[in-house]
Parts: sequence; C-alpha cells; structure tokens
Amino acid sequence: MCKKLVLILSLLCLAFCSSAFAATAKSISVALQYDPMTVKWMKQTVAAYEKVNPGTKVNLIIIGGTQANYYTKKALMLKSSANLDVMLEDSLMLKSDADAKLLAPIDVTNWKPWNNYFPKVKEAAIVNGKVYGIPLSTDSRGLYYNTNIFKKAGIKMPWQPKNWNDILIAAKQIKKKIPGVFPFAFNTASSGEATSMQTAEMLLYGTGNTLYKNGKWVVTSKGLLNTLKFISTVYKEHLGVRMGIALNPQYGNIVVTTLAPQQKVGIILDGCWLQGLWYRKYPETAKIYKFIPMPTEFGQAPGHISMSGGWDLSISAKSTKKAAAFKFIKFVMTKKNLLNYAILVRNLATRKDVADSKEYPPELKQATKFLEFTHYRPSNQNYPMVSSKLQNAVESAAIGTSPLKVMNTYANTVERAVGKNNIVREYKK
Amino acid sequence: MRNQTRAAILFLAPSFILMLLFFVGPILVAFFFAFTDMSLIGSTSTHIKFVGFKNFVTMFTDPNFRTSVIKTIIFLVGSAIIGQQILGFLLAYLMKGRKVFIKRVVGVCVLAGWVTPTIVAAFIWISYLNYEGTVNYIISYFGVGAISWLFAFPMISIIFANVWKGTAFSMMIFEAALGDVSSDVEEAALMDGANGWQRLRYIIIPMLKNTIVTNMILITLQTIGGFGLIYGMTGGGPGMATQILPIFMYKQAFVGYQLGYGTAIALFTMLIGIVASLLYVKLLKSEI
Repeated sequence: MCKKLVLILSLLCLAFCSSAFAATAKSISVALQYDPMTVKWMKQTVAAYEKVNPGTKVNLIIIGGTQANYYTKKALMLKSSANLDVMLEDSLMLKSDADAKLLAPIDVTNWKPWNNYFPKVKEAAIVNGKVYGIPLSTDSRGLYYNTNIFKKAGIKMPWQPKNWNDILIAAKQIKKKIPGVFPFAFNTASSGEATSMQTAEMLLYGTGNTLYKNGKWVVTSKGLLNTLKFISTVYKEHLGVRMGIALNPQYGNIVVTTLAPQQKVGIILDGCWLQGLWYRKYPETAKIYKFIPMPTEFGQAPGHISMSGGWDLSISAKSTKKAAAFKFIKFVMTKKNLLNYAILVRNLATRKDVADSKEYPPELKQATKFLEFTHYRPSNQNYPMVSSKLQNAVESAAIGTSPLKVMNTYANTVERAVGKNNIVREYKK
Repeated sequence: MRNQTRAAILFLAPSFILMLLFFVGPILVAFFFAFTDMSLIGSTSTHIKFVGFKNFVTMFTDPNFRTSVIKTIIFLVGSAIIGQQILGFLLAYLMKGRKVFIKRVVGVCVLAGWVTPTIVAAFIWISYLNYEGTVNYIISYFGVGAISWLFAFPMISIIFANVWKGTAFSMMIFEAALGDVSSDVEEAALMDGANGWQRLRYIIIPMLKNTIVTNMILITLQTIGGFGLIYGMTGGGPGMATQILPIFMYKQAFVGYQLGYGTAIALFTMLIGIVASLLYVKLLKSEI
C-alpha cells in the first residue's frame, strides 16, 4: 500500500515537472532596468513578438532601484542559475561581463542588419573579435538651459557657454536675479554611474586629461583636480541644488520629474534622454529646456565635449535557449521597433537606416551631432570598480572636503582596488 | 539510558543538520571567501584566487574603514546602549504598577515602531525630517527656518529613528523581568527607609543584571547588523557621515564589486559583535 502511494506520488511529481518544462520550453526571460518609457516600449515589443510567435512567452524581469542596484542584481542573476536568457546590458559592463564569460558570444555572420550599425557603436560591443551584444541605443550628454529662467535673469540667448567659467557666470546671475531657483544641477550622489559619467567625466574629459591612458588608470592629474574644484565651487557658492536633493539617491527623478517641470532649475548637465521623458509627460518642459553642447574647460579644441554610452541586448552564457534568445533579439532590432524605441525613449539610434529615417525624432538630430566630439568610457574590466570610487570623490568634493584631499583619497582607493602597477599619478605640485 | 541518548540524538539531529547547513556552512564559506580576490564582475568573478591576508591588510590601512568603525561605535552607543537600553528600561519601570489603560496606550505607541517594516519606517522618517517635512513644518510656526535634517544632522537623525524603531524590544524584555522582581524585597527595602532612587539602584538593577546583559547583547547584535533603516534614510551619506560597517561592507561588495573584501569586512563586523558581547558579560559579572 505504502509503496504504491510513493510510486503514485513520484509519478505525479514527474508529470508536474515535465509539464512545467513543457510550459517553459518556449518561454524566455528578459531582464531590464526600470525606466517608464523603456518598459512601455519593451512591453509593446513583447506583445507583438508573442502575437507572431504563438505559444511563446517572454517573461520580463523589471528591476527597479538605482543603476547600481540593477548592475548588482543582474550580476547575481548571471552568476546563479536563475533562468535569465536576454538582458539589457549597459555598454560599460559588457567588456567585464564578457571577460568573465558570463555572456554568450552572438554569431551575426548571417544577420544582414548588422552592417547598418554605426562602426563606433559596434566596436563597443565586440570583445576579442566576438560580438557580445547587439547595440540598442547610444546617447550623448550636454547642457539643458531653461529659456524662461534665462529670459528673466537677463542672459542673452541663444546661450552657448565657451568655457566652464561662462557656466558659473550664468549660474551666479540666475542666483542673484531669481531666488528660489536652483541655478545649476548635476548628478552628485555616490549612488550610480550617472555621477561618474554625466558629471565627473563630462568635466574631466573637457580638461584634456582622461581617466585611463596607455593601459593605466590616471588617478591624479591637473584636470581631475580642476574637475573636483569646479564641483566644490558650485556647491560652496550655493549654485547647485540643495544638498538634501543632490545627495538623494533619487536625484534624477526629483530633478527631471519635479524641479524641471516646476521651472526650478536653470541649467542641467545630463543625458540626451531627458527630452524623451519630458516629451511624453511634460511637453511644455521639453519646449522650455534647450539642449546645447558642454564646453571644454577653457574652450580648448574642439571646443565641446560629450560622453557616450549605450545599451545592448546580450545573451546570458548560462541560457539554455540561446537560439530562441537571439531570435527574440532579432525581432526587437527590426527597423520598425528601433524607430519606435527612438520615438518613445528618445535615445539615439545605433543604426544608420534608423537615424536616416523620416520618422526619426528631429530633436534627436542635435544630440546625434554631439557624437562627432564624443568620448567613450575606458573599455577595461575594472572600469565599474574605478567608477564607484569616482562617484565617492564627486560626493566628497560637493560636501566640502578639500579637492586635493579628495583626489588623493581617490588615488589611494583606486590603487588598492586595481593594484599599484595599473595606476599612474600625473599631478605634480 | 542508552535509549534515551539515542532518542535525544534523534530529536536534535534535524535542527543540528539545519544549523550546519544554513548557519555554520555559510560562515565557513564566507571565511574562505574573505581570503580571496572574488569580485562580482569581471574575470575575477569566475576565477577566484587565494590572496592570503591581502583583504585584511587593505581593510586596516583604509582610512574609510577606520571612519566606518568610529561611526559604528557612535551609532551603537547612541542608539543601542543609551537610547534603546535606557529608554526601554525607563518606560518599563515607569509603567510598572500603572493602570492597565495607561499601559496599553503607551505600549501600543512604543510597539508601533517595532512592528513597522524597516523600509516603511525609513520612509516615515524621511518624510518627517525632509526639507519639506513635518519637523520643518512644525518649527516654522516658531519662526525657525527650514533645515535639511538628514544632511545637517545625519547621525543624530538615524539614531533617533533607530531608537524609535527598536525601543519596544527592550521595553518588553524589561517589563517581563520587572514583573519577576518580588514585591516582598521592595517592600522590605521600603521598610528599611530606602528612597525611590536607592531602591532602583540597590535592589532592582542588581536583580535585573542578567536581563540587562542579555538585552544588551541582543540589541548590540541587532544594531551592529543594522542596514535597512540607515540605507533607506541616508544611504550611508552624506559623504561618510552615517556609513556604519554594514553599509561600508555593502558598498565595497555590491557597489564597488569587491566581494572578497566585503566578506572580510563582514567577518570583522561579526568579530566586533562577539567581543562586545563577551565584554558585557565580563563587565557586569553576569552569569550567562
């Protein structure tokens, strides 16, 4: 009796297991970071995919929180045996994840659209000759200024600062003329890549110095010191946003969805995608804020500076459904879906045929121009680690620690993280 | 007899195996990882190397680590020892022998903090201390200008929040212990002419010694491991102002991606907990 019961139970278990497998055989899981527009676009795309592929199911794993939270959760999923097939991969993590063999190489030889991608964008997705991600978007960074506030403050428009000092002059003018408005906002909290890329690197690469040179991390330099001094000055002279906002991990949301629509910020240093967020939700704001290139420190050639990153769709090395995963990616990357992405998310297209299309949003054309003088982040697997130290440096400078001390602390922590042989100290008193 | 031993082993085995699997096992694994260069990303995430005491050397030479230890001690003394322990005891002592109604009202108020989920508590405190928050709203009536409390007084803010959240635990423990103090002893002291303070100092506190030590150990361990409330409120900032060890560890391991280093910091945090616990037992000459 007892034996029979055990037999029946185990058979039942088996039956359940196999049916569970049958249900998941045609389904794939896709991880992405929460962003209202990206999620909206992805849901539309998935619905269309499921319609043309009956019986297939795409599970979206939408991860909220800060950028750092997304990288951490994604890294843990890639390392565990979690059923992750496709993920939105920040181009900055691609190299380090590919080196760790966490991503599967993608064979694009028979996939024609690959030839349409911009060469620079393709380059960022190739590691040791193999493709580890299909570029979904690229971006550029610059300054936004509020035309209403500038008008009230009596600053001549169209405004185009020639150097950092011009920005400070305008910010001071706003502070003097319009109380209650934050003159100049940028990412400051040590809680995400935005602070490294949109703030520290946008300044640093405009000084002529870089983060990484000839295979070594440049941990001290005149340019880095001036970058930290600039950040320090902005907060010391109360030209930035209130500290409580600047150091809030939700800074981005507060500025973009609250302060800017309320006309409370004069100048914003940020990415081109803000236009997209505003276009949908705050069309007025999108019209009021003009997007212009960021000047170099003293206006040295080429006069402007931008940083670019982007997102790729990559396949997990542990995925058991790599073919299905690539099939899904190919569907996502049709011209129609990519155009839809450009229109909804307002990130820059990675493909010529998309960028040249008539439906491509015209205001993205300005941001696309920035790609001429843009810089890319060091393609080194230690970049994310160094970046987290750079974020700490920005935050420390902002709260009033002396810039020189901040730079030395940064140099020491990077040295500890990547090793003495991989750094160089360029700054001499 | 032998049968009894066998039965005892049999009954203890499940919990012993569970402890081994889910408690001792992870600690040993963590101990091992603390001596490796394991990281969350990059090639060292899949090919870990044994690096000896490198993580510990890094840790002890890292000025940020020292700052974190000091912050942890300030937070521990302010929130656990002074705040929760003393406030919890006072609440329990003052409620002793009061009317049931008063006991209930006070009890519910204090317990509200304890039952609130950590992240909810963090949000309550943020909205309370925010620039546009309740505190500034109230003080504006007295003509005081608004202050970004979490930025201007971060450590005091998180201590207050943690005391608010955790005091109920101490209060309940002391309430139970005070209930066990025989009223005969107190009456005898009263007859001998001892005043209120003397009764508290010479009769009640010595009789509660073991409870004080147990409570001290429990809240110390809870406080040293505290993460959610502080991370939710300040994220360890501004700068390093509230970066106690668990947050420092989290930042190294999951934001800076150095898992090995993070594990070493976790081991050190555990060590502080053990040392503090032994110290309490020794100092108060307790029998536990």
